[in-house]
Amino acid sequence: MSLLDQKVSHLQGLLHKKEIKVSDLIDESYKRINQVDDKIKAFLTLNEENARTQAASLDDKLTSGEELGALFGMPIGIKDNIVTKNLRTTCGSRILEKFDPVYDATAIQNLHNAGTITIGKLNMDEFGMGSSNENSAFQKTLNPWNLEYVPGGSSGGSAAAVAAGEVLFSLGSDTGGSIRQPAAFCGVVGLKPTYGRVSRFGLVAFASSLEQIGPITRTVEDNAFLLETLAGLDPMDSTSANVPVPKYTESLTGDIKGLKIGVPKEYIGEGVSPESRDSVLEALKVLEKLGATWEEVSLPHSKYALSAYYLLSSSEASANLARFDGVRYGYRTDNAKNLIEMYKNTRAEGFGDEVKRRIMLGTFALSSGYYDAYYKKAQQVRTLIKKDFEDVFEKFDVIIGPTAPTPAFKLGEKTTDPLTMYANDILTIPVNLAGVPGISVPCGFAGGLPLGLQIIGRHFDESTVYRVAHAFEQATSFHKEKPDM
Amino acid sequence: MSRISEDQVKHVANLARLAITEEETETLTKELDAIIAFAEELNELNTENVEPTSHVLDIKNVLREDQAEKGLPITEVLKNAPDSKDGHIRVPSIMD
Repeated sequence: MSLLDQKVSHLQGLLHKKEIKVSDLIDESYKRINQVDDKIKAFLTLNEENARTQAASLDDKLTSGEELGALFGMPIGIKDNIVTKNLRTTCGSRILEKFDPVYDATAIQNLHNAGTITIGKLNMDEFGMGSSNENSAFQKTLNPWNLEYVPGGSSGGSAAAVAAGEVLFSLGSDTGGSIRQPAAFCGVVGLKPTYGRVSRFGLVAFASSLEQIGPITRTVEDNAFLLETLAGLDPMDSTSANVPVPKYTESLTGDIKGLKIGVPKEYIGEGVSPESRDSVLEALKVLEKLGATWEEVSLPHSKYALSAYYLLSSSEASANLARFDGVRYGYRTDNAKNLIEMYKNTRAEGFGDEVKRRIMLGTFALSSGYYDAYYKKAQQVRTLIKKDFEDVFEKFDVIIGPTAPTPAFKLGEKTTDPLTMYANDILTIPVNLAGVPGISVPCGFAGGLPLGLQIIGRHFDESTVYRVAHAFEQATSFHKEKPDM
Repeated sequence: MSRISEDQVKHVANLARLAITEEETETLTKELDAIIAFAEELNELNTENVEPTSHVLDIKNVLREDQAEKGLPITEVLKNAPDSKDGHIRVPSIMD
């Protein structure tokens, strides 16, 4: 058994007892990457030399008996849209192919303070726009469970690396499902925190009102550990919330007696595959045995979430991506006679098709004469969707459904029509629009591919989400299955 | 009836500072038309008197003390600039 199959709490024990060294963990990580990454192609950039230097210096700390951080020596992979000082950060885009950040994101600083070691940067759909990793400008990450299938996206590299045992855990980001859907497709645990829970400073912006950085791990316990480090107010992000950060690991009691679960009929009805639905119904039986009760509920505006999401996220993207103009950083065209031409050709040559499509949609939705009909309308529908959740949470502690309507799909299966690809996110998008937290935990297999159970909680109630996820995980054995690589 | 014309697509591309070829104009017109047609399902909903949500947190106008802080050194600022000279970023001529 690899050291990287162990939980953080166990590894910390081994380190403190000096049974292993930090360097052992780092060796293990790069050894595994050498074995499997030419198959799954999760990493875009490795940080090997720095990681080994850092490991050696942490090992010195270990012998000198200094105080150690909560995640001391833990090898982590980082999605490539979170900036890392002096470590190339591409967002999966040609336009940032050679971008070398001059500072660390707050999430990265928090991790470093806790003692993690960054192993490398992980592949993603360009700027987070995609659900399969096929929109990366550099490579297509493959699903460790079956190399003919996609790992999901946009944090596909982050989920695949954890599933394949290349790192202990990773960071992803989630704008419309980009942590939860790949976590489901790869059979790992992924949490999108409440909007405002984790600082977005240093997360390259796609849709600022929707996205959050969050942890992808093999167990719920590790996930809770990681969020304790990531969460909190940050003066550098005016949308980070001034809400105390609880000890999430203390909520993992296994006790869910009396818990009230709402199961939206929209999440187990039309458009959801039988295997995804059945795995959720089986999961509900497990939770019932543990003392929870469930009832069918309705989130009546779910059907409209996809449209509202694409209008809002693309509008925000069109504004956020205006910064890529070939002036201060990133790619610049050689082909320009004047400044305006330089902007236009830089962007035409630097962005991929999906990114251009969304910039166009967003610019259109925000343009004079269409703003009220599209952008404002979508914001109003967002209010209705948010209220759907508030209504259900008046009577229920959590909402449960599948994470995605199907298990992972084949490479190339959904690339011809953008709308088919978008429809894959119907069960995760409403959660971002409402700003509530949601987790995906492994809940079964279909044709050898993992399925994910989505557990959604009230604003800032990650504790309950974790408690339910952990109780379910401990009562089942899906999380113990590993891809045969 | 199509919801967006090729001329509109060219206009939007200009607003977005994105050079597009004739072929891309054609494809984008079709694709945007399909996406916008799909999004018009929102018109089924009556949103009269519904406040728009721009973000979900109950916070606005977060300010800090107006104290000067040190910025990045100029070498760092210019590190990623495609073209720079004498501490400035250089761009092609603004007027022809």
